[in-house]
Amino acid sequence: MTLLKEPDFGTPARPGEATVTVEVDGLPVAVPPGTSVMRASAQAGVNIPKLCATDSLEAFGSCRLCVVEIDGRKGTPASCTTPVADGMKIRTQSPHLERLRRGVMELYISDHPLDCLTCPANGDCELQDMAGTVGLREVRYGYEGANHLDAPTDTSNPYFDFDESKCIACSRCVRACDEVQGTLALTIANRGFESKVAPGPTSFLDSECVSCGACVQACPTATLQEKSVVELGMPSRTVITTCAYCGVGCSFKAELRGTELVRMVPHKDGGANEGHSCVKGRFAFGYATHPDRVLNPMVRESITDPWREVSWEEAISTVASGFRGIQDRYGAGAIGAISSSRCTNEEVWVVQKMVRAAFGNNNVDTCARVCHSPTGYGLKQTFGESAGTQDFKSVALADVIMVIGANPTDGHPVFASRMKRRLREGAQLIVVDPRRIDLVRSPHVEAAHHLQLTPGTNVAIVNALAHVVVTEGLVSEDFVAERCEGYEEWAAFIAGPENSPEAVERITGVPAASVRAAARLYASAPNGAIYYGLGVTEHSQGSTMVMGLANLAMATGNVGRDGVGVNPLRGQNNVQGSCDMGSFPHELPGYRHVSDDVVRGQFESRWDVSILPEPGLRIPNMFDAAIDGSFRGLFVHGEDIAQSDPNLQHVTAALSAMELVVVQDLFLNETAKFAHVFLPGASFLEKDGTFTNAERRINRVRAVMPAKTGKAEWEIVSEIATAMGYPMAYSHPSEIMDEIAAMTPTFAGVSFEALDKLGSIQWPCNASAPEGTPIMHVDEFTRGRGKFVRTAFVATEERTTRRFPLVLTTGRILSQYNVGAQTRRTGNVAWHPEDLLELHPHDASERGIEDGALVTLASRVGETTLRATISDRMPVGVVYTTFHHPITGANVVTTEHSDWATNCPEYKVTAVQVSLSAPVPAGVD
Amino acid sequence: MVPELRLVNDIARQFGHLPDEAAADAVADHVRRFWDPRMRAHLLALADAGDLDPLPAAAAARLR
Repeated sequence: MTLLKEPDFGTPARPGEATVTVEVDGLPVAVPPGTSVMRASAQAGVNIPKLCATDSLEAFGSCRLCVVEIDGRKGTPASCTTPVADGMKIRTQSPHLERLRRGVMELYISDHPLDCLTCPANGDCELQDMAGTVGLREVRYGYEGANHLDAPTDTSNPYFDFDESKCIACSRCVRACDEVQGTLALTIANRGFESKVAPGPTSFLDSECVSCGACVQACPTATLQEKSVVELGMPSRTVITTCAYCGVGCSFKAELRGTELVRMVPHKDGGANEGHSCVKGRFAFGYATHPDRVLNPMVRESITDPWREVSWEEAISTVASGFRGIQDRYGAGAIGAISSSRCTNEEVWVVQKMVRAAFGNNNVDTCARVCHSPTGYGLKQTFGESAGTQDFKSVALADVIMVIGANPTDGHPVFASRMKRRLREGAQLIVVDPRRIDLVRSPHVEAAHHLQLTPGTNVAIVNALAHVVVTEGLVSEDFVAERCEGYEEWAAFIAGPENSPEAVERITGVPAASVRAAARLYASAPNGAIYYGLGVTEHSQGSTMVMGLANLAMATGNVGRDGVGVNPLRGQNNVQGSCDMGSFPHELPGYRHVSDDVVRGQFESRWDVSILPEPGLRIPNMFDAAIDGSFRGLFVHGEDIAQSDPNLQHVTAALSAMELVVVQDLFLNETAKFAHVFLPGASFLEKDGTFTNAERRINRVRAVMPAKTGKAEWEIVSEIATAMGYPMAYSHPSEIMDEIAAMTPTFAGVSFEALDKLGSIQWPCNASAPEGTPIMHVDEFTRGRGKFVRTAFVATEERTTRRFPLVLTTGRILSQYNVGAQTRRTGNVAWHPEDLLELHPHDASERGIEDGALVTLASRVGETTLRATISDRMPVGVVYTTFHHPITGANVVTTEHSDWATNCPEYKVTAVQVSLSAPVPAGVD
Repeated sequence: MVPELRLVNDIARQFGHLPDEAAADAVADHVRRFWDPRMRAHLLALADAGDLDPLPAAAAARLR
């Protein structure tokens, strides 16, 4: 489409029925109470001139350009700050108003560079537009007076410039940072003529700015402007697509010149993000065109040989014959595949289909194995569906928010902005985390309780919270009686003295009084909502903890309506979708066990093939089987298991033991070092398909540019299956979605056509919910009655010792993503060029470690070297790092321990020792 | 430690609160639903070698 310019109604919409009728220049319009005159006018088709107003921000009333006349009222009120009243008659045009507006514009233009023709915002400048709209023909004040034309430009940010000379001090950027992003990094410094926007007493790069782009989005001039627009010029067309980073799944307008991507602009109609973005989605797309990308297939006999570029035909033939050869020698179960949560639903579908139909086994797993597989298990057991319960909007109605094992401001920043907005409105916050994450205390946000527990004791804490609910009479008895089962048995267990806050205090390190207060706060809230992340799942009792959270929500009646629920914050963009698509080795699409004869029969009939009724190997089991010799070939689709998976020595030993490793990726990643065939992948900008985000929202991914490799990934997988003797052919990814819909009850109503019509759809989408399901389990749980499950605390086998006295826990940082393959190839390295080890001043002092020192981090399985940063975010005895850089190799030290139910690795608890690294001898780099 | 031994012990610890028969059923059911056949075969080999604790051993007996 041509460049999409979304309408701007000037002020935000108000909820409620359109019960107030007004007349704008003789045109009647009905709007909800509280709507501004400006917005009502825009809805009537009359756009009132404005500069300081935009509909993502509350009215400010500073520019005085939007003045109107209202019958029966004196003067010329600002339409942005004036609410409608029933029967109001508004005039937006009169000679008097025109004079006022021209006068305002004269003042603005008298202190603005007159360089429109060479300005990067030429054609996209509201100041320029307004000058035209008000009919500005002269500036009576001249241009020689005091002005800001020589003000400096701050170019420190990698992605946008701040050209102060073009600032009109409308405060839109400051308000966007406050209201939309919630970081409050910007301010108007000084007063009067000296007023100016400032990111504190420093540059943008060194400030608290998180580069979300909200200020750039809000700026009506070229003051805050993307560097890409400065360099390339204004885009001329738009493609609406979906971000490929985290599980929030933001919608973006990809704005292009021809096939060159100029910028990504958050889409106002995007259900997940509603016009907001973070530094990754908004700006960090340069990896897609990075010179490191491999664009041609490559093969080699041995992993010590150099790569040899080959045709697609040869590459696919090599893969097919290699896999078939292994099966001939070692059996059908000797090969398998790992699908990716970074790929589209359609790509994931064909991978699992290839494994089940062409490989003839169930050895397919997905990277969700190492992140949210316990969510799938835990929520299926308790609620009956392997998915979160709410849409993101729901948080706006939460009264108490419990964040457990998640760091939304870094991991899910756009959702965090929604959450912070609600917290600023007065919702209470409980944080359960070993680390003092930003949410615990940040501008205008402070947690009522921070339960700073010892890593590995989640289940003890959730049991203690539930113990208080049950023993202090805080149970929602009607909800439990009407909608749940197994309560009596569970309540008897949870009320046991071993689960009391006092009893578990010695285990968790959290004062009993804090646990009791937090439990009372959550249970007594009209709406209590739980949000959790990998700090819940990546433990030896990850699944137990998920069930513990479900128990807690059911006991307090916090399921089945807006503002409540149990909400997993998914790590990657399509974790939910990749699980939905049947990527687990024990489940066919739609979370149906392979042993279910009826379901399996449906797939066998549709695919004309026999499917094994036995579960296949999970990712860690594949590695074990490779080392014992029964697993010899692996297709790795868009994953870097040699960086992201735990106990890397074990992973690399497994990869080295295989006869054929096929990697499909954008880059020669760490895993590719062990590969025999490399199949170049397509970036999200080249893909056509769908992603499903953490709120079950299926969004379209649209190709912004042609595939640089000449092939779509679903095409490549289909060709491998076909070459192995199982014909798979689709002419378009919409046909794959049609097959998904035909075979998966929760997707029955989903199609590309429906998605294009509705924008997005939250599954389940079927005959009873033709436009999707924003909130799940409303009248009854998917399984009928919600099931309380006993969740006894069992300590992890990973214990600290005298040799390894500290506990390492891992996480992520805002500017980097997962293994960093994408973000390390963007300007985001400006913020995080290396992984750091955070440790408490006490632990640092005991070891003679100073801030910035190189230290050795050792566990019983390996050691690595990284730089220390001393921080009291961590409690004494706990250290923390990220895993974004392969050179650090944080997973060299993580161990084989895993969740008992799903084998999800226990990344969050590793016993370690930290010591000063030997100094580098002089003269050695 | 053999992976299957560690894994089955992890599962058994979660069901240790149940009566013996129910615990063995629960462990066996979990293994049946989530383990590849070769892993189950390894488990049975461990049982044959007498390397399993009582609860995993009882679960293994149910998988034969």
